[in-house]
Amino acid sequence: MAGKTLVSATINGEVVEFLCEPQQSLLACLREILGLTGAKEGCNDGNCGACSVLLDGRLVNSCMVLGVEIEGHEVTTVEGLANWDGLHPLQASFIAQDALQCGYCTPGMLIASKALLDRNPNPTDEEIRTWLAGNLCRCTGYDKIVRAVHAAAEQMNG
Amino acid sequence: MKPFAYEAPESVAAAVALLAGSGQRARPLAGGTDLLPQLRQGRWDLDFVVDIKRIAELTRIAFDAGTGLTVGSAVTCAEFCENPDVQALYPGLVDAASVIGGAAIQGRATLGGNLCDAAPSGDSIAAMIVHGAEVIVAGPDGRRTLPVAEFCTAPGATVLALGELVVALRVPSPQPHTGARYLRFIPRGEMDIAVVGAGAWVALSASQQQITAARIALSAVAPTPLFVETAGTYLVGKAPTEAVFAEAAALAQEAASPIDDMRGTVAQRRHLVGVLVTRALRGAIERASGPVNTGVAGKGV
Amino acid sequence: MSADADKISKRDLSVVGSSPSRVDAADKVVGRALFGTDASLPGMLVGKVLRSPHAHALILSIDTSRAEALPGVYAVVTAADLPLLAVEGEDAIGEQQFRDRVLAGDKVLFEGHPVAAVAARTQALAEEALQLIDVAYEVLPAVVDVLEAMAPDAPILHPDLRTQSLAGQGETPTNVAMHFQQLRGDPEAGFAEADVVVEREFRTQMVHQGYIEPHASTAVWTQSGDLTVYATTQGTFAVRDHITRLLQLPMSKVRIVPMEVGGAFGGKNTSFVDGVAALLARKARRPVKVVMSRYETFVGTGPSSGTVIRVKMGATTEGRITAVQAELFYEAGAYSGSPVGSGAHIMFAPYDIANGQIDGYDVVVNKPKADSYRAPGATPPNFAAEQVVNELAEKLGIDPLEFRLLNSVREGTETIGGTVHHDIGAIEVLEAAKAHPHYSAPVGGPNHGRGVAHAFWGNWGARSSVTISVNPDGTVALVTGSVDITGTRTSLAMQAADVLGLALSHIKASVGDTDSIGYSDVSAGSRTTVATGYAAVQAAHEVIDKMRARLATVWDVDVASIVYEGDTFRASDDAEKQMSFAELAALLPQTGNTVIGVANVDVQDWGSSFGTHIVDVAVDPESGKVTLLRYTAVQDVGKAINPVQVEGQLQGGATQGIGWALYEGYDYDANGQMRNPTLLDYKLPTMMDVPPIDTVLVEVPYPNHPYGARGVGETPIIPPPAAIAEAIARATGARVCELPMTPARILEAMGVI
Repeated sequence: MAGKTLVSATINGEVVEFLCEPQQSLLACLREILGLTGAKEGCNDGNCGACSVLLDGRLVNSCMVLGVEIEGHEVTTVEGLANWDGLHPLQASFIAQDALQCGYCTPGMLIASKALLDRNPNPTDEEIRTWLAGNLCRCTGYDKIVRAVHAAAEQMNG
Repeated sequence: MKPFAYEAPESVAAAVALLAGSGQRARPLAGGTDLLPQLRQGRWDLDFVVDIKRIAELTRIAFDAGTGLTVGSAVTCAEFCENPDVQALYPGLVDAASVIGGAAIQGRATLGGNLCDAAPSGDSIAAMIVHGAEVIVAGPDGRRTLPVAEFCTAPGATVLALGELVVALRVPSPQPHTGARYLRFIPRGEMDIAVVGAGAWVALSASQQQITAARIALSAVAPTPLFVETAGTYLVGKAPTEAVFAEAAALAQEAASPIDDMRGTVAQRRHLVGVLVTRALRGAIERASGPVNTGVAGKGV
Repeated sequence: MSADADKISKRDLSVVGSSPSRVDAADKVVGRALFGTDASLPGMLVGKVLRSPHAHALILSIDTSRAEALPGVYAVVTAADLPLLAVEGEDAIGEQQFRDRVLAGDKVLFEGHPVAAVAARTQALAEEALQLIDVAYEVLPAVVDVLEAMAPDAPILHPDLRTQSLAGQGETPTNVAMHFQQLRGDPEAGFAEADVVVEREFRTQMVHQGYIEPHASTAVWTQSGDLTVYATTQGTFAVRDHITRLLQLPMSKVRIVPMEVGGAFGGKNTSFVDGVAALLARKARRPVKVVMSRYETFVGTGPSSGTVIRVKMGATTEGRITAVQAELFYEAGAYSGSPVGSGAHIMFAPYDIANGQIDGYDVVVNKPKADSYRAPGATPPNFAAEQVVNELAEKLGIDPLEFRLLNSVREGTETIGGTVHHDIGAIEVLEAAKAHPHYSAPVGGPNHGRGVAHAFWGNWGARSSVTISVNPDGTVALVTGSVDITGTRTSLAMQAADVLGLALSHIKASVGDTDSIGYSDVSAGSRTTVATGYAAVQAAHEVIDKMRARLATVWDVDVASIVYEGDTFRASDDAEKQMSFAELAALLPQTGNTVIGVANVDVQDWGSSFGTHIVDVAVDPESGKVTLLRYTAVQDVGKAINPVQVEGQLQGGATQGIGWALYEGYDYDANGQMRNPTLLDYKLPTMMDVPPIDTVLVEVPYPNHPYGARGVGETPIIPPPAAIAEAIARATGARVCELPMTPARILEAMGVI
């Protein structure tokens, strides 16, 4: 039986240290050790996107990453999108467009949308739907989410 | 998951030594998108995992006209698809790498991992096969190179011996008048395992009126990704016409041995082999006929 | 109720009908909102459930000793840890079944049936402990097909089950729990009258509600035996009823605290892990959190029945339906009680049919017990009946919406089952669909097709409680017992706002725990905006009335002379005397303490919501792949309290219907093992699989709600499969009669494979 490993990583811009067992996923570490419950578990096998985070700026499913793997790396979760000055345009846009109902898929959806706009500031409908295909939503039918991403993109492009 | 220890060596030699001494109770960890779910399902009982992402050689992707494209086994699908040389010169491989899971999976999954998982439905494997790719393996006795077409031996099984590790995939430099296309059929728009996949690579004569070489490979219709030698041989010397495509497709259908499972039926799969091989050939010919492609091709059927 | 409608209609609506953001949205977009899976208590243990791998087996023995001996394991429970059965005779059978569903007694009846549970310090230890529980099973043959389960030689799930029917109770062991029949007029004569008759058989699979958040429950006991459970549920009082019954506790000892719910759709009406969490927490003397995995969610909760449905329908050349006949065979799962009754209730019910017979059968099979899923039981018979309606229309050369209008129910029409329609918007919805630009747009080229389907679903009324307390600064706290699964905190606050004359931002709406609010039935049956809304309005009126009475004492006038207009109280006989709501609120503490409006209602009246959907598809004739090109959902919503939220209900429900139509279905092998209990192979629609969904909100006010609102959430899941089937039929010439309409089934129907 393996003992715990000390991991040091940058999470939402802050250097943190934590202890975890090697088999614990990044998702479990975020939620159970670091108190960051924004990322959610929906399937634990990479098929729903509710656990989406950015790892060194790249969109990944945190259920598919071990906590120990992020040593020295940077992670962004939904808690890192807004600061006390206000919401990220995507967050404001999701509220304004009613792009959420129960809200469970929303953290993952926001992170994935940010990853899209980071690389493609002006995506088409098709590009949005393709990029976000790994983020399942059961409540909204997706329509208002696509509108919200467009609205945020418009705002961010000034 | 059952607990295991975690190693993160920084050299191939160190990784090989760890694996060689593991008594088959260790596995390499690249993207983890196959390994983690498999560990959760209890498919492996491991003492430790060997994270290969700190080994610089394995994270490199480089092209030169002489040796072709060398893709480290820890290069992610996303990095692969973003690489300008890959986009310009290997759109047929982008076809495959860009349909493995979705954006988040591609942010982590690697081509090396896709190959080593050796699923019959491995999209990138069939695409690599038709490109004539080779796999470079490092082990306790040194390195060896073998064709990707010979790497998978059964569902989930490869030729790797204890202590061996895939270091890189190598794809030959593209020649003029060649083109490749990979297509697969899934019920949804994305996220599904291929019901059937087909890759085609062709070389045309300078006049483009004749196929001078061809390779066809199939996913999900045999115990391993299937190199269909008969179809490729048939195409040599033929004109690129619909009738010729249809005959090649029929040969591919004969070579396939699909099963009934929750993702598809025998009849459906055999039928789709015909449809997809035809469409893949059309796409490969189009790419072989035009200027060398830039940009990412469309996915899917 | 209509007296309130009068009061309301005299006030300007400034909040109702607008679309303010959800009051819970801000916390959700920053990841701060706490769902059932996010609950955390100091010293909390991980609880995990051991489930049967077999679909049908006797439990010969359970040995938990090795698990209990594992260091880090604090408790292991089985059915033996439940209190002694406290009822006898007939009631005992039902009570035993109730307990068996929480932790199996002698027998397991489906893959996933809970057998034992552990509480341990870590996830890894809990998983290891499960492996150390030794269960000896005697595996029995399983039956997983509804018609096979009805055969005389089928394996019997419940030896004491007898068929309930009009003829009384059957005498032989059976898997058919119930057979009912609805009969109206003379179907034989009706078919004889028909010029065209269509007869078809349809099949649908079990499907799951697909909520992204799995079931989760966190239980903690005090030293004096008071239990608190942090639950993800549609009904806190339902969870309390479940636990008090299971553990034989007084209700005063159990408090259920609602967390945010990550999707429910009917699947979280039933409590699946709260009982086990409570048992573990009591035995472990530590808080215990039980969270289901996705696998457990598929095999261990309440999906919706698979069905076989036979339909026969006849019509004249003029397009009048003369007779209908149907047989509905529903899988109840391991315990009786499928929604076959409500399926029969709405089947054919949009049409005025003089002659009809519907036979319904509730059949047990070795699958999880079927539970509610958004319009329970309705989608499969609609898939069947609406396809037959479309086929008849096509054969008669009549436009499909015109055909429906010709036969539509009206005020006072009685259905085959004896329900009388009243205050309905059926015709308005059909007309709106017919007038919509989508319906007259040209259909694209070859391999394209358009389909329509029509449906209705009734709203449940039931019991709701709301209190509204006035704060000294003129803001109010609205507390409801209705869990918010669709945005009802917002819509309830909006309904109260227009009575109170307050801005929405001055109303804090929250869902109370079971100690702090009156009994409320589950948030289900499209009832919350309507029934709890009615309670909110009533409570708001009580606030105004009580404040008027208080002001009467302050001004020393007759209360009858005080009116409330906008946000101001006025003396009707003295123009000088007026006081705002906020000013009066500030006086309350020193004039007799605060004012609280209370409403505990039981709404008996059913409203209904009709919907018509239009869909265009393209089908790849070589692969059978379906692409949805355009989708329009038209629905009578009565009065859209918050139109944007109502649109979202239509879009979400339609998308679930699209999944049901094309992608989703439980796939079982002959041994009753589910082949696809993952989100990889149980295929929820992704964003790529769904087109933009246009919505049309028709408003035929429902007179028995103060604002005319109808419950809208369930109707939109009903029409999609039939509409898509029709579009596929028009695109390919082939009609698919089985759900999901996979590419393989489409190619088979086309004769390509």
